[in-house]
Amino acid sequence: MAALFRHVTSPLIDNNPVTLQILGICSALAVTTSLATAITMSIALTVVLCLSSGIISAIRHHIPPVIRLIVQITIISSLVIVIDEFLRAYAFEISRELSIFVGLIVTNCLVLGRAEAFAMRNPVVPSVLDGLGNGLGYSLILVVVGSIRELLGAGTLLGYVILPTVENGGWFEPLSLMQLAPSAFFIIGLLIWAIRTRWTKQIEAPKFALKQRQARS
Amino acid sequence: MTDIIVTAVFEQNLALSFFLGVCTFLAVSERFDTAFGLGLAVIVVQTITVPVNNLIFTGLLADGAWAWAGLGDVDLSFLRLVAFIGVIAAMVQILEMTLDRYVPALYRALGIFLPLITVNCAILGGSLFMVERQYGFGESVAYGFGSGLGWALAIIAFAAIRERLKYTDMPAGLRGLGSAFLVTGLMSLGFTAFARTGG
Repeated sequence: MAALFRHVTSPLIDNNPVTLQILGICSALAVTTSLATAITMSIALTVVLCLSSGIISAIRHHIPPVIRLIVQITIISSLVIVIDEFLRAYAFEISRELSIFVGLIVTNCLVLGRAEAFAMRNPVVPSVLDGLGNGLGYSLILVVVGSIRELLGAGTLLGYVILPTVENGGWFEPLSLMQLAPSAFFIIGLLIWAIRTRWTKQIEAPKFALKQRQARS
Repeated sequence: MTDIIVTAVFEQNLALSFFLGVCTFLAVSERFDTAFGLGLAVIVVQTITVPVNNLIFTGLLADGAWAWAGLGDVDLSFLRLVAFIGVIAAMVQILEMTLDRYVPALYRALGIFLPLITVNCAILGGSLFMVERQYGFGESVAYGFGSGLGWALAIIAFAAIRERLKYTDMPAGLRGLGSAFLVTGLMSLGFTAFARTGG
């Protein structure tokens, strides 16, 4: 039981898909201008990831290895179409803001990466849990980045005013940079720095280490 | 036509302002020459797939595309994800075989990057943007070429910067991926500035 639980907890920080495995970054950056879109995207991705891992793992003995990529992509894109149509029906405004990025879950390397690396080799239950864990790890980063960007960029969280802006008679001057693309790169870069300062195991080895300077005699 | 290309290369650069293909962007930019090969492959594939997907979408999937067969109220546009990814995979496969047969030098230069392109979200993203912005056939040729060129330009410049960064002595936690993100952020800031000059 504890071993199964590890599948869920380890991708949260120790083996986070975004900050360590370089998977699924594209959408992680694009949808984080506000917290609401970040949360919607997180839920959509986690659902797709759990279901696709489960389905692919269930039929893994029947997939010929030569065409496995096509089979995986077809399963994933069918799931994504369902989610896309669902969002369009019940959350049209948010679906408009997410624009093409829900569709791009198809080529999100996180989904295909977990299918290829984990679900093809493991039974159904661990695969679904692995999907859930990676989905949550991805969501964690999205929610953190989304909150920072919305709070500093507009002074709100989920649309509620937290820091009253100057325009509305408050004191907070919104940082318009936070609404632009570059800030997402900066925030994730700094987040990686913070995580690796705390969990030093994740630090990458230098490719060209500097020689220690000889002590002068 | 020209303004579509210029906008796609600079102002709305796929990698730096829409974050498309960033996974590949960060993973395959350690060395300059591999980045150059990948950039070239993306330009070729993007210029072919966006117009082809445009034809398929307007001819088969768009709302009312089957009106000539008496099926005017059939709207297959929800099938576009599956159709586009199929077209991309098939195109990459055909391109690989054609290059292998007729231009073996280029085939060897592109190497393993061609198959990788199938799962590069910049390619699928380009086709989805084409639908969302309702480009015609000519415009989609221009958009495909421009967006591919912009992506290639970004990854080549980024790889050149990263080759230099290898020798720097930066804080341990920032080494590798962390610094890559910060550099991309700065480049993105630079490309955003083009938006003001483009008018």
